[in-house]
Amino acid sequence: MITSEYEFLRGFLKSRSGLVLSNEKQYLVESRLVPVARRHDLASLSELINSLRKPGTKQLQEDVVEAMTTNESFFFRDKTPFEHFKEEMLPKLLEKRAARKKIRIWCSAASTGQEPYSLAMILRENKIKTSSYQFDILGTDISKEVLDKARLGQYSQFEVQRGLPIQMLMKYFTQQGEIWQVSNDLRAMVQWKFLNLLENFSHLGEFDIVFCRNVLIYFDQPTKIDILNRLAKLIPADGYLVLGAAETVVGLTDQFEPVPHMRGLYRPKQSAGKQPEPQKMANSLKAEPISARPAVGKPHVPSFSSPATNTPATQNTMRTNSASAPDKPQKFDREKLNASLDSLRRLNAQSSNKG
Amino acid sequence: MKQCLVVDDSTVIRKVARRILEDMGFEVVEAADGQQALDACLNKMPEAVLLDWNMPVMDGMEFLQKLRTLEAGAAPVVVFCTTENDMSHIVQAMNAGANEYIMKPFDKEIMEAKFQEVGLI
Ligand SMILES: C[S@@+](CC[C@H](N)C(=O)[O-])C[C@H]1O[C@@H](n2cnc3c(N)ncnc32)[C@H](O)[C@@H]1O
Repeated sequence: MITSEYEFLRGFLKSRSGLVLSNEKQYLVESRLVPVARRHDLASLSELINSLRKPGTKQLQEDVVEAMTTNESFFFRDKTPFEHFKEEMLPKLLEKRAARKKIRIWCSAASTGQEPYSLAMILRENKIKTSSYQFDILGTDISKEVLDKARLGQYSQFEVQRGLPIQMLMKYFTQQGEIWQVSNDLRAMVQWKFLNLLENFSHLGEFDIVFCRNVLIYFDQPTKIDILNRLAKLIPADGYLVLGAAETVVGLTDQFEPVPHMRGLYRPKQSAGKQPEPQKMANSLKAEPISARPAVGKPHVPSFSSPATNTPATQNTMRTNSASAPDKPQKFDREKLNASLDSLRRLNAQSSNKG
Repeated sequence: MKQCLVVDDSTVIRKVARRILEDMGFEVVEAADGQQALDACLNKMPEAVLLDWNMPVMDGMEFLQKLRTLEAGAAPVVVFCTTENDMSHIVQAMNAGANEYIMKPFDKEIMEAKFQEVGLI
């Protein structure tokens, strides 16, 4: 590959996916793109690059972008973010969304799906606390290939041994020959979509938690800044942003600030006099699907009338439970469950009334 | 220094495991079957046991069952490490008191991940 060709490729990738390649990455480009050239019946990388320059080679362009992505991921990667999810984000949001009963999570560089499925497992492990809520988990990526794999939820023996505790494997996977299959219950909890972070994503609506891990590292400063600022518009004041271990907002944007003592965890800047977030969101996001959202800042009035009786909310809970438990033979003690849900609601009501 | 007893009838596996575990900061003791492992435990109870399943003399399952009945035998963290890679074996091992389960082939990353899982590192 001659210098001008490499320069063209660098420019192409930078504009398509944000990927910044340093000068000495020629070897990487070659090892990744030679197979793409072969698949497209192109004799050499020079030919591939010539074709890229021509219009009407959309498939080739996509394949090149995809081939240059790094998709490494594993279950419960780095552990800490998932502990933060369980110990910090989840309890706080269960409380703050006690009225709305809906929590939206976006894994914005979901790769082969381990990250969203890890979150889904945590939700299932905390079923009693979470079952009266609706959780939307969205996984997006620029690579269709990894999305297909994520959607299928099939992993190799090697993949299920990196980060996944054996109890989780036993509980949430079935074995099909060499392949470990994620349960249908977990699969039903996650939605998958193609999405390029360089492009507008405001149509996705508001998210209480955004995981954006191990993707910003591939981009240059202006791209990181742009993405972070656009993410800030989707996250309400009491929401969270989770970055990878080697990533930060510091020096890039003042829209987020670190959550104290929680590495990798950020929240929208809690500046005094800032407009209540949902209000701002409602104005800036025309396509926002949740219209009857109560404003944060005002105390939430829980929508159920009497915690002692079997309210529609409770019935709804039971429906959620039975609908989502097909591959767990575990039996629920209805009364005990109702009782604990009620006490949870009461707790929520108390704390949100306190403000 | 934490001690890890490596139980496997293959000298190659023991050697590979030893190298990885020593890198992870363990003192390594080796045993070629369940009986040798049991003797080693009676001599000095290790913090961790990396345990193969199929071995001559006494297999890993029998060793584990005997270990758990010993005084202080509840303490060691036992990580199975075996080519038995089907769910029924995993369930059986966990029911018998294993703490984690590695399906061979393994590498350093898997070993580290699993040992981290059970709080050994
Ligand atoms: C290293 S993986 C991270 C996976 C997961 N978040 C984790 O931390 O384990 C990075 C992912 O980002 C995706 N990616 C790269 N550029 C992207 C872009 N412009 N928009 C969306 N996803 C992108 C890649 O396809 C890849 O799957």
